[in-house]
Order: sequence, then C-alpha cells, then structure tokens
Amino acid sequence: MSNNTTLPQNRSKENPAFKINKFVIGGVLLLAAVVVLVVTSLKGNAQYYLTVDELLASPPGQYSNVRVSGVVLGDTIEYDAQHQVLKFTIANIPGDNAVIEEMGGIAQVLHNASTDPSASRLQIEYHDVKPDLLKNEAQAIVTGQLGVDGVFYAEELLLKCPSKYEEGLPEQSQNSR
Amino acid sequence: MIANIGFGLLVITIVTSLIAVITAIYGVTSKTRAMLETSRLAALSAFPLLSMSIAALITLLLSGKFEYVYVYQTTSLSMPVYLKIAALWGGQQGSLLFWCWLLSGFTFIVLIRKWKQDHDLLPWVIVVTNITLFFFMVLVLFFENPFLKYYIMYNGEVITSLFQPFHAITAHPTDGSGLNPLLRHYGMVVHPPMLYLGFVGFIIPFAYAIAALIEGRTDDRWLKATRRWSLTAWLFLSLGLVLGSRWAYDVLGWGGYWSWDPVEISAFMPWLTGTAYLHSMVMQDKRGLFKHWNVALIILTFCLVIFGTFLTRSGLFSSVHAFSESQIGPAFFIFIAVMFVVSLGLLLFRWSRLSSGYQIKSFFSRESAFLYNNLLFLAIFAICLLGVIFPILSELFTGQQVTVGPQFYESAAGPLFALLLLLMGIVPLTAWSTSSARNLGKTVWKPALISLIFPIAAVILGARNWIAVIAIWLAALVICVTLYDYIRSIGLRAANHHEPWWKAFLTLTTRNRRRYGGYIIHLGVALMGLGIIGIEFFQTQTQAMLKLGESLDLSGYTITYRDFQIADTPDGRNVARVEISIARNNQELKVVYPRIDYYYDSEQAVTIPGLRTTLADDLYVILVDWEPVTSEAATIKAFRNPLMNWFWIGSIVAVFGTLLALWPSRERKLNTKEAA
Repeated sequence: MSNNTTLPQNRSKENPAFKINKFVIGGVLLLAAVVVLVVTSLKGNAQYYLTVDELLASPPGQYSNVRVSGVVLGDTIEYDAQHQVLKFTIANIPGDNAVIEEMGGIAQVLHNASTDPSASRLQIEYHDVKPDLLKNEAQAIVTGQLGVDGVFYAEELLLKCPSKYEEGLPEQSQNSR
Repeated sequence: MIANIGFGLLVITIVTSLIAVITAIYGVTSKTRAMLETSRLAALSAFPLLSMSIAALITLLLSGKFEYVYVYQTTSLSMPVYLKIAALWGGQQGSLLFWCWLLSGFTFIVLIRKWKQDHDLLPWVIVVTNITLFFFMVLVLFFENPFLKYYIMYNGEVITSLFQPFHAITAHPTDGSGLNPLLRHYGMVVHPPMLYLGFVGFIIPFAYAIAALIEGRTDDRWLKATRRWSLTAWLFLSLGLVLGSRWAYDVLGWGGYWSWDPVEISAFMPWLTGTAYLHSMVMQDKRGLFKHWNVALIILTFCLVIFGTFLTRSGLFSSVHAFSESQIGPAFFIFIAVMFVVSLGLLLFRWSRLSSGYQIKSFFSRESAFLYNNLLFLAIFAICLLGVIFPILSELFTGQQVTVGPQFYESAAGPLFALLLLLMGIVPLTAWSTSSARNLGKTVWKPALISLIFPIAAVILGARNWIAVIAIWLAALVICVTLYDYIRSIGLRAANHHEPWWKAFLTLTTRNRRRYGGYIIHLGVALMGLGIIGIEFFQTQTQAMLKLGESLDLSGYTITYRDFQIADTPDGRNVARVEISIARNNQELKVVYPRIDYYYDSEQAVTIPGLRTTLADDLYVILVDWEPVTSEAATIKAFRNPLMNWFWIGSIVAVFGTLLALWPSRERKLNTKEAA
C-alpha cells in the first residue's frame, strides 16, 4: 500500500533525468521558436548589398528589394519641398573595404568617383524629408528597388560623410604662413 | 611643450602597465611579497599618469592650438568651452585615451579599497586590467596618437608627425574644423562618458572572474565582491543608451529614438548579456546555481564591450556614431580573439570544480523563471549579433553581401521582448524551489484581472492592432503584479508588526533593497515598454507645404505656421526658425519653434524639432524646408507619438530602482565602521 503511494513521488524527486527533460524540452522549444522567428524575419527583410555596377549589370527584376551604395553628385540634387520628392544621382564606388583602403581610403574614393565621368551612375528618387547629410561627395546607401524606367525608387536613405580632415587642412594652413 | 609632456606620460604609462603585469605574474608564482607590492604600485601609477596626460590634452583643446591635429579636428573657435572639453571624447584618439583613463581609474579604486581583503585575487585582477590597458595604450601610442602636430614640408606637403621633421615648419591653421555639428549638443557631455563608464565598468567583474578561475577558487567570492561593480556598470550602460535615445529624439529630427543601427546594437549587446548576468548572479548568490553560466556570461560581456568599442571605430558601418575609418581593426580582432579563447579555456579547465549540487526542481519555480529570463536575453543577443554580422557571413558563404534592416530586429526580437514582459509579470508571485502551476494561478489571477483594464481601455480608445493590445496587456501585467505584490507585502507586515502602512513600506523597502530595487526597475521597464508600444504601433504623421497662417491637422491637433525668421548667429550658424502654434478644439496649447541650424564651417545642417510633451502623447514638429526668396511658405512635418513620455519616465524610475539596489545596506556600513 505504502509502496504504491510513494513510488510516483520518488520518481519525480529522485530521478533527475525526468526533471531535466522538462527543461530540455522547454529550451528546445524556445530555440525552435527563435530559429523560426529569425528565418521568417530574414525572408522578408534581408537585402542584397550591391554596388551601382553590380545592380546595373544584373538582369532586370532579379532583385526586388536591394541596398545600393554610391557617392552623391552634388549638382544633381533636386528637392521638391511641396511634394517632398527628392531626386539625385549616385556614382559607382567599390564595395570591397580592402579595395577602398588600397585606393587611399573612403574619402579619396568618394572624391575620385564623384569627379570621374566614366563611373556608372544611378538616379535615385526618394519620397520623404531631405536628410541633413545629403551633399556632394557624401556616401549614400539606399534601399528600395530599380524601376523599369531605370530610376531607383528608394524607401530608405542613409548617408555617411567621410571626415574631411585629411584634405581640409592644406588650404587653411597655407593661408597662414 | 604641453603635448610633449602629455605624450611622455603615455610612454611611461605603457611601461608601468607592462611592469605591473610582469611583476604580478612573477610575484604570484614565486610568492614574493615585494614583487606584488611593486606590481600594485605600478598599476596604481597609471591613473595619476593618465590623469595628467588627459589634463594636458584638455589644456590643448581649450587653448585653441590648431597646429595639433586632434585640436584642429575636434574644436573650433566658435565652440563653447563645455564642448571643447567634451571634444576629449569627440574623436578617435581622445576617446581611446579617455577609455584608458577610465580603466586605470577603476583599477585604482579596486586596488586602494580591496588590496588587503582580496589579496589572493588582486594580482590576477592587475594582470587582466593591465593587459587590457597595455593593448589600448598600444593603440593610442602607435595608431591613434592624440598629440600629433601638423608640419609643412619643404615641398609644401602637409604631414602629421609627433616630432618636427627635417626642413619642415609647423603649420598654424587659424581655426579648427570643429566637432561634427550633430555632436554639438549637451548630450555630448553626458551620453558618451556614461556609455564608456558602463563599458569599462564591466572589466572589473570580468577580471575578478578570471582571477578566481586562475586561482581555482570555486566559491562565490569573485561574484559577491564585484556585485555592486556589475550593477554600477549596468546602470551607466543603461543610462548611456537611454541618453543616446533622448539625444537622437531631440536633434536628429526623424521622429524616433532608436534605429537599430549597428553601433547602437553594439552597445545594446553587452547590455543584454550584462542584464542576463545580473539575473543569474542572483541565482548563484541565493541558490548556488549557474556557476559556469555566470563566468561564461561575464566573459561574453567583456568581449562584447571590446567588440562594441571596436565597431564604433572601425569605419565598417555607416552610422551617426562612426568615427573616421582607422587601421586599428585587425589589432582589435586579435585582442578579442585572444581574450575570448584564453578565458574560455580557463573556464573549461576549471569546469568540474564549478559544478553546483543543486538542481532546479519545479517548472514553475522562481529558479526556472530566472533560467528562462537568461535564455531569452541570450536569444535576443543572438538575433542582434546575427543581424550585425549578417553582411559578413553572407559574403563569406554566398559571395554577396546581404544586410538586414530594423524590421528584421523588430519582428525577430519583438516576440521575445513580449515573453520577457510575461516573465517579469509572473515572477514576483512565484516561489523559490517548488511551485506549481495551480499555486501560481491562485496568486496571479487577481492582479491579472486588474491589468485587463489597460488593453480594454486601449481598444475603447480605438486600438485595433491585436499585437499592440497584447503588448499593452503584458506591460500592464508587470505593473499590476509588481504593485500588487508590493502592497500585499506591506499589508502583511503592517498587520504582523502593528505598524502604520508607511512605516511598513519603509522598513520593507530598506531591508530588502535588492529585491525591491529590482522590482522598481521592472516597473520602470514596463513603463518604458508602454512608451515603445505607443511610438511603434500608434505613431501618426503628416506633412504639408504651408503658407503663413495656414495649418495642418494631425489626430485632432491643429498645427499652424505663424512666423518665419532666419539669421546668422555669432557662433557660425545660420538659423532658420519657424513659429508653430499647436491647438486642439480652437484652444492654443503651446507654441513651438522647430528650426534648421546650418553650420558654415562644416557645411552641414542640423534639424531640431519643436516638441510638445504630455503624458498622453508627444507632438513632434519638424521644419523640412522653406522657400528661399519669399520665405512665406515652409514645409512642415509633424509626428504624434502616443505615450512616448512614459519611455523617459520609465527610465528614470528604473534608475531610481538601480540606485536603491546599489545603496549599501546597514550591516555593511556597521562592518566597515568596526573595521575602521
């Protein structure tokens, strides 16, 4: 009689394998949930990061949602404040950090690309507030898709300004003795 | 002259840090007391040495000697004094030196206060902190020297050098290029130092953990000795993150506070593992559990701190935070890899000694709640890490760089944050050791029922997004359960001790500071959660080009464009400012002045919003553009951010809770008095 009543208790108290299993199951469930979350989130939100050259070379319609980096050409910036339509053109810069270093750093690369008439170009259209950092020789990173008309319709626009320190000085220092 | 002294002090510091490491190792292995004393003195000397070097750099920054590269890059004549001082951490070189200075200061405090008490662990603490200091000093001295000067060579080329090259003359720029305009803000004074204090603060518990591993100490002393360090570091890191959000909200003018940019995430990752550590620390303290886990967590947090410091400086990512690109990337990778492998090796070496005899018994016990809390924090961390390194991973495996945006983090980590809220909601009512679903249900149903008022109110007010409604309910659950538990405990104590409720409240809180401090932090986090839900799910916006006197409507508010002014300021800005009246039901509520500051020296504009804040919502108005000639028409963009204010209020509540948990207990004070 007494055996019958104590047996189940013994099982749950003294058999650690039984207890651990519950936690292992919980942990595995959590892990599975995280993997599912990550995979489903990646599917909708991952974007290929391309250079202007790569995007223009790709067959039309290959990328529906893509991120492109290039240098802003200051003369091309047009902003219609009333409808908040921003248009500008970017020129190709290399995507590989090692190549950029080899060419003398990002500031140099941006400067060269913006003055190089042979660099391939891409017109960008963006419907929102004009960002403060948008100016000549800034690096623009746009996310969106290439339209059939050859214009890139950006949903997101990030800008990065290289430090001008390296080239900024000579002028000033030469002015003062 | 001042620069030479500053540089000389750096050279001495790198030597003393090396001496401290060598003598500490030699002293411990040969058991030579004199060696250990030498090591201590060498380690102590770093702080005064670096303090003087920092003083030298600040003197230069204030003096406006633009022949110095760092002074030229980060200050200009028009900058106010407080920003010239803050320029100390406004550039790569200065901020690295500042980092070193904080590390030396923390080491100094530990060595002054704990030398007798922790004499067996401290030599190894010296080794760890001074190896780290040595590494950073190498960066400062050989890669990012803050004391370089501009020289003009005989051929007219301008170079930077520490010493005057042959046939070269010193360049004398008349003005510096100044700090990036986005950094010229009061936020610059507080946000970076707080973040650095948090980052560097985690090095002390890490050093203790490594010391305990090397010495083979399996007790909890390393953890208990550094409990308050960890909490303080966590406080500063949290403050740094929140202040950064506030700064972004106040000047970046995109209507938000957090953009999941890689650098933000790199500061968020050590916060996640650090928060997990704070929780599992309690488990080791109270139950002797998670011993391996705690060591692993603090190792991970330390490596993430270094990784975060590195990411900000590598120029790998585009971000408002990024410094100019630099050559120090590979050095950082080697350092992180070495520290990670060595620490993990030590942990594996001591693995068997660290096992605890205790097993978690019940699925619904508080122990298992802590376990799941840790798993959730680690899962969120893993998602963040994956997002940050995804471009690198995808390029390795497919040859194509693939990046992920904010939506990835929100949809992958959002549900996990919700689960964390759920855990926070039930944990005050779980019992240690054994607890069943039924027991838990018995205590939790009352506050859970009350908490339903919040989501019901949200639905009545028009919320139709069911995810948002559930999230509101979870935040409400945390608030209701925590308050319920608190009030119930006060009531019990008042009844048992025949005390008035306020006295019961005071004694309860002051006797269990860590417990109630923790609950107050939870309350604060739940309030912050409400703010996040408000802005993420219910933000509305509108924009229009308005002529003088015209208005636009947004969620019941009328926003009227009343005036436009444009003028140059003496500090080198061109300020375009509009006067906007915010009204509701024909009643004016507030007049705000959104503006755009254009900085002539750096050719950059900064958008500063006009803000009306109430407990219900924020109205956030931006001047987008104006017609240059007539300046009669201006483009105005407005956001309504419901509940946003609760984010900031919640963060203040959380800080208060942390301070309460940090406050030394009475017994401790008595002990130190007796000792004295």
